[in-house]
Amino acid sequence: MMTNLAANRAADRITDIESGIQGAAAQEMLVIKDLKTHFFTQKGVVPAVDGVSIRIPEKQVMGIVGESGCGKSVTAMSILQLISRPGRIVGGSIMLDGEELVGKSVRAMRDIRGDKVSVIFQEPMTSLNPVYTVGRQVSEAITVHRHVGKQEARQQVIEMFKAVGIPEAERRFSSFPHQLSGGLRQRVMIAMAMVCQPKLMIADEPTTALDVTIEAQILHLMRRLEEKSNTSIMLITHNMGVVAEICDFVYVMYAGKVMEQAPVFELFDHTKHPYTKGLLNSIPKPTEEKQRLYNIKGMVPNLLRLPKGCRFSPRCEYAMPECRESEPELYDCGKNHKVRCFLYQKGQGGGADE
Amino acid sequence: MNNPINHVNHEGRKVLAAAENVVKEFKLSGNIRRGDLVVHAITDVSLNIYEGETLAMVGESGCGKSTMGRLFLRLLEPTAGTVRFEGRNLADLGEEELRHLRKQMQIIFQDPYASLNPRMTVAQIIAEPLNTHQVYGSHKETEARVKELMKKVGIRPEFTNRYPHQFSGGQRQRIGIARALALNPKLIVCDEPVSALDVSIQAQILNLLHDLQKEMGLTYLFISHDLSVVRYISDRICVMFLGKLCEVGPTEEIFREPKHPYTRFLLEAVPKPNPHLRKEQKAFLTGEMPSPVKPPSGCRFHTRCPLATERCSQEVPVLRTMAERQVACHMVNP
Repeated sequence: MMTNLAANRAADRITDIESGIQGAAAQEMLVIKDLKTHFFTQKGVVPAVDGVSIRIPEKQVMGIVGESGCGKSVTAMSILQLISRPGRIVGGSIMLDGEELVGKSVRAMRDIRGDKVSVIFQEPMTSLNPVYTVGRQVSEAITVHRHVGKQEARQQVIEMFKAVGIPEAERRFSSFPHQLSGGLRQRVMIAMAMVCQPKLMIADEPTTALDVTIEAQILHLMRRLEEKSNTSIMLITHNMGVVAEICDFVYVMYAGKVMEQAPVFELFDHTKHPYTKGLLNSIPKPTEEKQRLYNIKGMVPNLLRLPKGCRFSPRCEYAMPECRESEPELYDCGKNHKVRCFLYQKGQGGGADE
Repeated sequence: MNNPINHVNHEGRKVLAAAENVVKEFKLSGNIRRGDLVVHAITDVSLNIYEGETLAMVGESGCGKSTMGRLFLRLLEPTAGTVRFEGRNLADLGEEELRHLRKQMQIIFQDPYASLNPRMTVAQIIAEPLNTHQVYGSHKETEARVKELMKKVGIRPEFTNRYPHQFSGGQRQRIGIARALALNPKLIVCDEPVSALDVSIQAQILNLLHDLQKEMGLTYLFISHDLSVVRYISDRICVMFLGKLCEVGPTEEIFREPKHPYTRFLLEAVPKPNPHLRKEQKAFLTGEMPSPVKPPSGCRFHTRCPLATERCSQEVPVLRTMAERQVACHMVNP
């Protein structure tokens, strides 16, 4: 019975995902347009985020995947306006629920962070203050943004602790971070991020430091919270498995640019960009017999010395002369699927598609 | 059992290293007055590593898998039980003999940033084991060997004078591998060697380890929490929970038909890179890991196990053997 219901809900969800995104009805929670965040170092300008456009509709889990240094975390930090020198947002716009964030004053951002947009980091131990109880740290998020008393805040925190599945919530309120396990600490972080019911929650590798069994619990929890509240989630990860597990829509980033974007089923079923294919093929498959693992040759380019033309061309199996000359745009392949690759230029018809 | 040179099991496979009823406990200092607070890191583990195989050790953090790896190298001494290498009890060896034996066992660490000395050049790092054991008489020979090793792991030999910070994570891991290979070891303990690397780099390193094994006839004890990696690289798997073995068996069989309930949860929990396999109602392992200071009575998994009965909380299940598989559970047959 239960599983049946769940299956129906899953099916509804899929059709929602398929129809919902293009429909004008879906309200967009976050619209990033042509964001450029550069770091001005002694050695030169590092274009960590170089013209990224991302949309997150209401009530969606949006995934950003990529390897280290592809700019996924810098994108998140740009939304929060937490880029510090020598970095700077040099162009583009970030609209959160209709409100422009780029150029907001420090004071105005302080009101927005933790209230309208919140964040969970990878390592829950380093993002919690070791000398305060977890209850106090989570209450702070409420008392700063809402006009509520201590008692009321405490009540709300305990409610939230229960919602994120912390056992013995009342007792845990006065625990210190070191007294909790990694999974519980991450639950506290999620409680802190969700307690003001933000419009957007950014989760930067939220499960990377956790064990698989705990990871499964946390992913399930995030999914459930997203369904119950109006919060959209931006999930940053390098793990394609995590993406497949909970995301609705995916952006694949490489060296500061979005290389491919598509609804999750479309991306996995009809992978187009050679880089995305490479990423998926490098994962050891449980179904395959032992053979050599596919690997993308070479390394991520140094952002100070980006190759000419397509950023991925030096590592790409399908690279053509034009790839080394000019940079491809994001070509629309229909079904809300866009790819930055000349193979999918209009009229090419997708040479590398199987 | 007592023949030290040809320690062979009944199927004729040669046992390279073996743990026999090994126990490792760590005393918690500072609390001694309040009674004996002891971390039961490893409790009564018996395990063979056969020559030429890759034995994967999986489990969650704190289950004792790294401790077990270090016990095999005698980087830690067991509280009870014996660890043998080629039939010889490591605890019986004198300093000189042990040093000699150490050439045959090496380790690759998880974090390629922390395991290489930032003040040493690549050449110095790789040559260190060669110099320590005075393998070559002249600098020239050592240098030639270092370059050969660098080529073998895919680092350009011109880079001998570079420092670790000039390399990426994947390249550093290759340097760590070259160092481990320098003395032509038989056994290499790989302690989470690819967990700190990006997927595309991870694939490169796994392929390298695989090729080196074929070429040099290496035996790996591969410690990892990533089951998809384990499935790719290993011949056999042993699953640990809180210092005890749950299940041991050939990789494919364990993936096809996990017997121990914990193994099943572990396999189920891995996020699969296929959204069609997404399950809204997944069977979750609930609750927290019990403390190794006060492990549960009976079967250590019983507090989280859906199959647990009265008996599980009282009686410690023994590891029962059936063909090539071993399972420690009251509720399932191997």
